[in-house]
Amino acid sequence: MTRWILGTVAATALLTGAAIAKTDVTIGLQLEPPHLDPTSAAAGAIDQVLYSNVFEGLMRFASDGSVINGLAEEWDISEDGKTYTFKLHGGVKFHDGTDLDSADVKFSLDRARAEDSVNAQKALFANIARVEAVDPLTVKVTLTAPQGNFLFNMAWGDAVIVAPESIDDIKIKPIGTGAFKFDDWKQGDSITLVKNASYWGDAAKLDKATFKFISEPTAAFGAMMAEDVDAFYSYPAPENLAQFEADPRFTVLAGNTEGETILAMNNKQAPFDNKLVREAVSHAIDRQAIIDGAMFGYGTPIGSHFAPHNPAYIDLTGNSDYDPEKAKALLAEAGMADGFKTTLKLPPPSYARRGGEIIAAQLRAVGIETEISNLEWAQWLEQAFRGKDFGLTIVSHTEPMDIGIYARPDYYFQYDNADLQKLMADFDVEADGAKRTEMLQQAQTIISEDYVNAYLFQLALTTVVNAKLQGIWADAPTQAIDLTAVSWSE
Amino acid sequence: MRSLIFGLALTAMFALGALVSFVWTPYDVTVLEIANKLKPPTADHWFGTDHFGRDIFSMIMVGARTSIAVAVVAVVIGMGLGVPLGLAAAARKGSLLDEVIMRGNDLIFAFPSLLIAILITAIFGPSAVNAIIAIGIFNIPVFARLTRGAALSLWTRDYVLAARVAGKGATRISVEHILPNVANLLIVQGTIQFSLGILAEAALSYVGLGAQPPTPSWGRMLADAQTLIALAPHVALFPGFAILFTVLGLNLAGDGLRDVLDPKLRVQR
Repeated sequence: MTRWILGTVAATALLTGAAIAKTDVTIGLQLEPPHLDPTSAAAGAIDQVLYSNVFEGLMRFASDGSVINGLAEEWDISEDGKTYTFKLHGGVKFHDGTDLDSADVKFSLDRARAEDSVNAQKALFANIARVEAVDPLTVKVTLTAPQGNFLFNMAWGDAVIVAPESIDDIKIKPIGTGAFKFDDWKQGDSITLVKNASYWGDAAKLDKATFKFISEPTAAFGAMMAEDVDAFYSYPAPENLAQFEADPRFTVLAGNTEGETILAMNNKQAPFDNKLVREAVSHAIDRQAIIDGAMFGYGTPIGSHFAPHNPAYIDLTGNSDYDPEKAKALLAEAGMADGFKTTLKLPPPSYARRGGEIIAAQLRAVGIETEISNLEWAQWLEQAFRGKDFGLTIVSHTEPMDIGIYARPDYYFQYDNADLQKLMADFDVEADGAKRTEMLQQAQTIISEDYVNAYLFQLALTTVVNAKLQGIWADAPTQAIDLTAVSWSE
Repeated sequence: MRSLIFGLALTAMFALGALVSFVWTPYDVTVLEIANKLKPPTADHWFGTDHFGRDIFSMIMVGARTSIAVAVVAVVIGMGLGVPLGLAAAARKGSLLDEVIMRGNDLIFAFPSLLIAILITAIFGPSAVNAIIAIGIFNIPVFARLTRGAALSLWTRDYVLAARVAGKGATRISVEHILPNVANLLIVQGTIQFSLGILAEAALSYVGLGAQPPTPSWGRMLADAQTLIALAPHVALFPGFAILFTVLGLNLAGDGLRDVLDPKLRVQR
């Protein structure tokens, strides 16, 4: 009898359990991280899962892209702009129970800038001359020259603070200071995070968060429709978004990303070493048709390598308006009235695959024949990015404020312009806000008027979320899915 | 007989579409009209338009060209190499040559054909030509085995013995007496391999390893339509039907041909 009653009680508890507000969330993601160390790989998926959730840096990005204090409670810049003194929050503990102190910060920064460092963004730390632990909660960073964007650099996922005690296993067992602790990684399936009960800041509202990796767009559609996942970050099939918008169970967040989607041209390979040819290509392309055809209307046209939501943005789309007749005239002027043949290498995302077919048709209309090859990411990185064996390729550059890549002549599109290189070098050490904006605008204009690449559109971040889920970032100022403020509305 | 006519008619319809597409299609499939995308079937666009605003009817006509070309050449490769190998193996039954040929064929047979086709196109790059070679290689053992099996039984016939007594060599006997008598089997098998070739081409294109854009291909049309099914079912439906009816037509034609050509079946009826 007693057992029967207990059984009933248990069953009732199970049934009523469903009515209590959910405290866990499952986020769908297309790409799985290769490992879990944000400080030693460029893979965006690592930061998406771990940034701010598990790992924190001295500074951090807020949802609007501004840089705010992270583990640093306050900071001070010396008169000459060369010394930054960070005061850390007291009582911060790593997930393994050890205290965060200035020695950990020194370790993290020294590790990232070391000779043998494998940090994917070593340039962020290149200007650091010395890191000193003044007392357990004070760190002094001395730079070789004043650097206006040093605090911005310290907010990147590549600059998070790690502990020397747990560094050996970081790739499979990340130990950070964030509001969530790493719990489990089922390779090929999901990563689970659980709430960090002893978090130093505002505690997470969720008890558990699962990132589920679903690479197939059709499977993503099915998982979302069946409510197997509560949100799908960067939903891969824009054609389905209208359907989600019409469904009251879901909300579609259309946000900004830092993803400048470009038709990259190999500036050192004939005929793209000729500016007239590059200009012709830029005029042959109808951006709106690509946005409508490949992205189903999601995306903002750009005329340079710069994000439209950035305050320093200037609209330069007029430099390369859609004008096939002008394109033909420019080709004739370059001595190629009959057009030419080139390669177009396309990585997997639909902006590239679909966009590529549209671009191929638009280029064909002015006499440029393209041989399309669809590549997997690994092949693309090997052939196009590292091997520089391409004529044209389409890719979205999702790093924030990455116009500096144009000052790197060995970068895959191989643009070599001494004026721009000097401008970017000056920019790095300029601390005055107004001057920095002006310099950024100059840089945008130079690459736009040099037609380095054909600038297509700013990638929109389309995240499908359950209508009751609150606090998911609509924009992606950095590669992050910050869940610390996410909650259910019931 | 009825299935033969029906099958041939279906096949001829697609073959005709493919031929006509060389000189005329209702719309140019290389021109994209984004503003006109995903329109359901209308009087202007009989099968509607795809996600780039291209006319699906025109694309199916041009796609038939790709499918048929790949399948035909693959069958020709398979027959051209497989039949001589089979004849040679039968003529020298039990010899080292026979062993080498047939074990080589077993080796190819032992691998799942589509998997090897994917391997070949992955190594040499995706293109229609590589798809043809990949599918063609897998037709070789099919024809070699069929030819050898049929030829072996023919070699014991009296007329072959008579030819040998008359002093004809193995090669001449194979060509003049064996080949004509296995031809009917080969035609039937050829039809079936042809339909399998169309399916294989569609499968390779579907995974992106067949003909590359902008060349239309049924398999890639299906792959492109995959995420659009909920939005515009016709985009997936028509290339799907095209594959279905071509393969159905070829299989019916193959069955019908066997009924007509196989002497044993004819006697039974």
